[in-house]
Amino acid sequence: MKKIVLIGNPNVGKSVLFSRLTGVRVLVSNYPGTTVEFLEGYVNIDGEQMKILDLPGTYSLEPNAPAEEVAVKMIEEADLVINVVDATNLERNLYLTMTLLEQRRPMIIALNMFDDIKHRGISIDVAKLEDLLGVSVAPTSGITGLGIKQLKERLVEAKPGQFDRGTHQERWQKIGDIIDKVQQLSHRHHTLFEILEDASVNHAWGVAIAIFIIAFSFKTVRFLGEGLIKYVLEPFFQLVYKPVLESFSIYLQNKPFLHNILLGRMIDNNIDFEKSMGLLTTAPYIEFVIVLPYIFAFYLLLSFLEDIGYMPRLALLLDNIMHRLGLHGFAIIPILLGFGCNVPGIIATRILESKRERFIASTIISIGVPCAALQAMIFGMLGKFGARYVIAVYLVLFSVWLFLGAALNRLLKGYSPELFIEIPPYRWPDFKLLFKKMFLRIKGFVVDALPIVLLSVLIINLLQQIELFESISQFFAPLLNKVFGLPKEAAWALIVGFLRKDIAVGMLIPLKLTVKQMMIACVVLSMSFPCVATFIIFLKELGPRRLFQAVLITLSITFLGGATMNFFLH
Amino acid sequence: MKKITLVQMKTGAKGRIVQLEGGPAFESRLSAMGVRIDKHIVKLSAFVLQGPVAIRSGNTVLALGYGMASKIWVELIKK
Repeated sequence: MKKIVLIGNPNVGKSVLFSRLTGVRVLVSNYPGTTVEFLEGYVNIDGEQMKILDLPGTYSLEPNAPAEEVAVKMIEEADLVINVVDATNLERNLYLTMTLLEQRRPMIIALNMFDDIKHRGISIDVAKLEDLLGVSVAPTSGITGLGIKQLKERLVEAKPGQFDRGTHQERWQKIGDIIDKVQQLSHRHHTLFEILEDASVNHAWGVAIAIFIIAFSFKTVRFLGEGLIKYVLEPFFQLVYKPVLESFSIYLQNKPFLHNILLGRMIDNNIDFEKSMGLLTTAPYIEFVIVLPYIFAFYLLLSFLEDIGYMPRLALLLDNIMHRLGLHGFAIIPILLGFGCNVPGIIATRILESKRERFIASTIISIGVPCAALQAMIFGMLGKFGARYVIAVYLVLFSVWLFLGAALNRLLKGYSPELFIEIPPYRWPDFKLLFKKMFLRIKGFVVDALPIVLLSVLIINLLQQIELFESISQFFAPLLNKVFGLPKEAAWALIVGFLRKDIAVGMLIPLKLTVKQMMIACVVLSMSFPCVATFIIFLKELGPRRLFQAVLITLSITFLGGATMNFFLH
Repeated sequence: MKKITLVQMKTGAKGRIVQLEGGPAFESRLSAMGVRIDKHIVKLSAFVLQGPVAIRSGNTVLALGYGMASKIWVELIKK
């Protein structure tokens, strides 16, 4: 089968174009032996099925980073190259085009965002551009679908570039000549989007906007999450699901063991979704009613901020702080992802350049970043006492990452690379693509979490039956009492925390803790051992030695943090 | 004409890049993103305590770390 490669700078609308070309069947793959991911789909050209690969955005073909090395190899293997060029930023985009033309592979150019140039006061002479570059140029717009059909039809015109390999000065010289001949700029007024764009990178306005956006996102996640729980999921579980379970309970009357495993213990002759600890009661309740609504709301907001182009601005604003932690501003992206679930957060640290940065970021994520599951529980449990307690927990965790990052930055050999990123213009997201991405993220979360939730509930259920709880609690009693000021029964919650944090907090509910104890328990739970899924991904991504170091750090920080809170809080 | 670095430049000022002081790898990395000798740029913002610098070059807005910005020399263009 023929292979087509889609390549272009980041933020040129390549993914949207890719999904326009391929439709539904899309696969995420890794280039063999690397962590570089690309998308794979199929396109039908004149009855011939062809494979089409969407490479990560790149500015050049010089092997500075793994993504670029992969790009070079894939271009060599490709039968046809489609270079996606942002028409609103022609000059800079042509640099990659030049280096591609030097590769002399059959190639065609998709001049994307072509519908966007007029109101930016740009006009491009496409025929002349084709003439000067020596390959076909098809104007397209991924967002509106303009020119996609023509692009497909014109793939047969693809031919190798005729440029000789040059230095970057020589390339820029040629680009300068081409731009002079094909592009004209006229003066026009700034649009609202552009005014906001400039404001959001300004040192004063930018910070104000960032605070507003973060506060707004927080509120929205809570509003959506709580709304879904209160008006959709809780009623569904109580009114539809519970009656089903109740008739099932009658059916299981004579099979007490099975009843206990599936439905759990009856509390006051009733199924109690929070306490029964059955595979069909507490497990789906915690996963789908308490946690999933927040996961949904969080990924909706995050995907929106990503697709509209806000993230690089946040990276710029936070670069200063992140530098003290041995990272640069861009590291905020994996960290933010970690607030959904630590697992994709740690995977996303792949965008950072060095092993050192990846270790610092991953450790910060697994210790100081509570995942949405845990946050849902923190909101639910601590929120009742007042918002200030929730805020206090977040502040403690935030100071932990500052302290921890600064310490790691001092202790680890090496230096932190510098921020160097493009800040793309704001663009209204393609909602179809956004929802697809969100759906994949939520699906990933459910698929990863559900088996472990079931397993943890099963283990707790069995242990309750053989009454092992008491002796273990007794063993940990001195540590919990003296150091953290928690009752000995909390031992089990902390142990279960290794499996699932949300279930662990759920186990604290019946203990009737004071506000102080609750705050300590929440902080200790989120800092102590990462959950088993995070543990595994940490091992996979960074190796056993790094994992061991992270666990040691985790245990000491938890001990210190919990004890300090117990000592100072009243 | 006096040359200064991006760090010393005032926010809002325009300049022409005259020197990149960081070796060939540094130059080619910048070049691929459109930052090169003779290019006209505008400084958009700078952050306190050796924070990053944002510039506009053509239609591209770029954010650079403090260290990088201090290796890029410009000549100011008077309005």
